[in-house]
Order: sequence, then structure tokens, then C-alpha cells
Amino acid sequence: MTSVAVIDYGMGNLHSISKALEHVAQGSKVIITSCPDEIARADRVVFPGVGAIKDCMEALEKSSLVDVIKTVAKDRPFLGVCLGMQALLDESEEGGGVRCLGLIPGKVKHFEKGLVDGAGEKLKVPHMGWNNVHQTVNHPLWKDIPQEARFYFVHSYYAVPKNAENSAAVTAYPESFSCALSHKNIFAAQFHPEKSQTAGLQLLENFLGWDGIVTK
Amino acid sequence: MALAKRIIPCLDVDNGRVVKGVKFVNIRDAGDPVEVARRYDFEGADEITFLDITASSDNRDTIVHMVEQVAGEVFIPLTVGGGIRKLEDIRRMLNAGADKVGINTAAVFNPEFVKEAADKFGSQCIVVAIDAKKVSGEGEPLKWEIFTHGGREPTGLDAIQWARKMVDYGAGEILLTSMDRDGTREGFDLPLTRAISEAVDVPVIASGGVGDLDHLSAGVLEGKADAVLAASIFHFAEYTVGEAKQAMRDKGIEVRL
Repeated sequence: MTSVAVIDYGMGNLHSISKALEHVAQGSKVIITSCPDEIARADRVVFPGVGAIKDCMEALEKSSLVDVIKTVAKDRPFLGVCLGMQALLDESEEGGGVRCLGLIPGKVKHFEKGLVDGAGEKLKVPHMGWNNVHQTVNHPLWKDIPQEARFYFVHSYYAVPKNAENSAAVTAYPESFSCALSHKNIFAAQFHPEKSQTAGLQLLENFLGWDGIVTK
Repeated sequence: MALAKRIIPCLDVDNGRVVKGVKFVNIRDAGDPVEVARRYDFEGADEITFLDITASSDNRDTIVHMVEQVAGEVFIPLTVGGGIRKLEDIRRMLNAGADKVGINTAAVFNPEFVKEAADKFGSQCIVVAIDAKKVSGEGEPLKWEIFTHGGREPTGLDAIQWARKMVDYGAGEILLTSMDRDGTREGFDLPLTRAISEAVDVPVIASGGVGDLDHLSAGVLEGKADAVLAASIFHFAEYTVGEAKQAMRDKGIEVRL
């Protein structure tokens, strides 16, 4: 039986993501853990998170999880979600600037003030609700998910990967931003698959069946 | 292709049971929150809000248990309001699987609580519920005030200023209920909704007064709401969430279908 570890570092709603994983698990064991050894033993790793990036990085340091994350993010299927995606980049401008894990080159920026859509209507921040996800690469995690499927978002900051090839999907608000990242065995999403009904569950199921290899 | 306006059915829950008659065909137990939530999810609800009206705080555990059960089966965002007074209440709800909590009375009596909650858990999960009532007379400039205790107790707080203050304090979303319209089925208070939505940068959910599907569209088109919340029109099976979305799309509103 393969295992998937959901990293517990006190930031966010682990119940939802673990329940969603269990819902599609079929033979994978879902473990919520803050223990580096358990994470290191898992076949797959999910790195969730909501809240502020500064607290996130501090919590990772405090729980001695930085090293194990850097290790497993290099050698097995690894899924970052929301703040767990933002933390993978080099730095975030949130809270006056925070150094992140540096596993994917790039940075995290805040939505600008005063955004308006094409019709001149004010766009609110946080970007909250169901938006279309336009897949820009073929990736095993997009299997059976329709192009432009809607996923649930809630965030005020967004990732700007340095290399275009790390972008796996874009969403418009109103400008296109990278809402999913792909880098070798890492896949990361700004949206919440665990809250995105059918499409989200499909993505999680795809992750549990993924060997971590992206064929071009 | 853009962010969809959300439709949010709201369920009143007393001691872990859905109250205020939910009338569905093919549903075995209309009081079972899991069954009702599953049904709304199937119909295409974008989120579900539970309002805990349990009178006794001794029975608070029932809602935690209920959230756990619903979150284990329904994979869309869940908000829980009612009786959220301490950081510990929020922590328990989020751990049980809620994505957001609604803070209402506690914010009025202790605005700092909103700040503490947003600092601790992030603005994304803090919804401040505002109950407003019109206090301006005929011919006067429109003015609304915050009321507590189901619209009976005035607070002297101006609704627009209060909404701005709550956003400054870290509210990630405003759930705005017109106490003049709540239960009337006459439609949202559109000038109120628009005034609040234009005054703040965070999403505003319009609530109170929905009696037909045109009211939902008006909340978005005229009220400038980012989401619309309704209870009775869905509970009594007058309309499905799917029909509501179709009606909104027919008016040119972006929805998730």
C-alpha cells in the first residue's frame, strides 16, 4: 500500500485536504503528520497551507520541517496547495518580504489595488471563488480535467515563476497569472483542489496515481 | 471566462439538525445536514453556509461534529456562523473542516476579536456578518445602522463605516444582511448592498429578502454583490440552485454551471 503524507505544521485546514484525499485514495494510506521521519518515509507528499507566509515559514523552521521538505520535493511526487505553493518559490513580497524555500525559481506578488474587469467593474481582493483554469502544459495531473474547468480560489498573492516552463496553468484576474506550477516531480496549485468538487477530486486522484515523471 | 458570481444556500442548524423545513424530493431525512449539503453540492452550490442557532452553548459540540461529517463528503467551501466568540471556537471549526467562520455579534462588542482572528488564522477564513437596517427617513440621504439581536438592538454604528473598519481589521469577506428585508421575500436592499460593496475591496455576500430568482440577479447587477445567499427559496424546493444559476446566466452573469 502506498502512502501519502499531508504535512501538518499548524497552518490551515488539514481535515479538508486529507478527507478529499481519502475520498479518492483507493489503496493509498493518508497520513497527517508533523514528523520529519514519517514524511521522509511516505511515497507522496502534500504540502497544504492557508494564512500568512511569514507565519508559514516560521512554523516550518520551528517544526524542523524545512530540510525534509527540501529533500522530498526533489525525489518523489510532491503537491503544494495555496500557501504551500507560494512557499516553494524564492521569496514573497507579503509582510515586507519573506524568504521562502526556493524550490521553484520565482517570487510571489500581491494583486494590485484598483483592479477592474473588461466591463469596468471593480475586482475584489482576495480573489475568492470559482475561476477558470487554462492548462498550458500537458501534465499527468490534468488527466480527465476539462480545459477551462473551474476551481475554487481564495488568495491575495500570486506566484510569478521566473521560467515560463514552470507554469502549468493560468487564470485571468483580470491579467493572466500562473495558478499552477510544475517542476519535475513537484506540482503546485494556487487553487484548492480539496474544495473544487469534481475537478478538484480528479486532480487529487491523478496525484495519487502519479509517479512524479513529466514526459514532454 | 472570469471569476463566477457565487450562489450560497444557507442552512439554519439547531443541535446539529437542519431546521426551517427543507423540502426535497428523494431525500430521506431533510433534517440531516449531510444529506442536505450533498444535495446542494449536487445542484451546483458554490459554497454552503451553516448558521448555528443552537441556544445552549452546552450543545456546541454538535455543530463541530456536523461540520466534520459534511466536510468528509462535500468538497466545496463551507462557512459556519453563529456562536463564534473566541479564537478557540474558530480553531475548532477550521479543524473540523470549515473553510470560513462568520463573526457577527462578537465583532460588534469586541472589534479587536476580528483583528486577532485574522492575524491568527488569516483573512481568507474570516467573514464578518453585518446586520444593517435603514435609519434615514423619507427624503433624507440614505443611511443604515448596525443592529444586533436579530435587528432589535441599535448600536449607533454606521453600516458603511463599520464595513470599512471590519475590512481594515482583517475581514476577508462581508456577509451583509438587510434586517428590513430578511424574511420578507421582497428582494435584497439593493442600495445598501451597492453602498457596502463599493465601499470595500473584499467580496460582499448579499443576504436577506430573496423571494425569486430575479432578486438574485438584481443583487449582482444592481447591488454589485460578489455572491448571493438565500435560504427559503431553496429549502422549500421552489427553485433548485441549478435553476437559479441558469436564470443568472440568462441575465449575462458569469456563473459556474
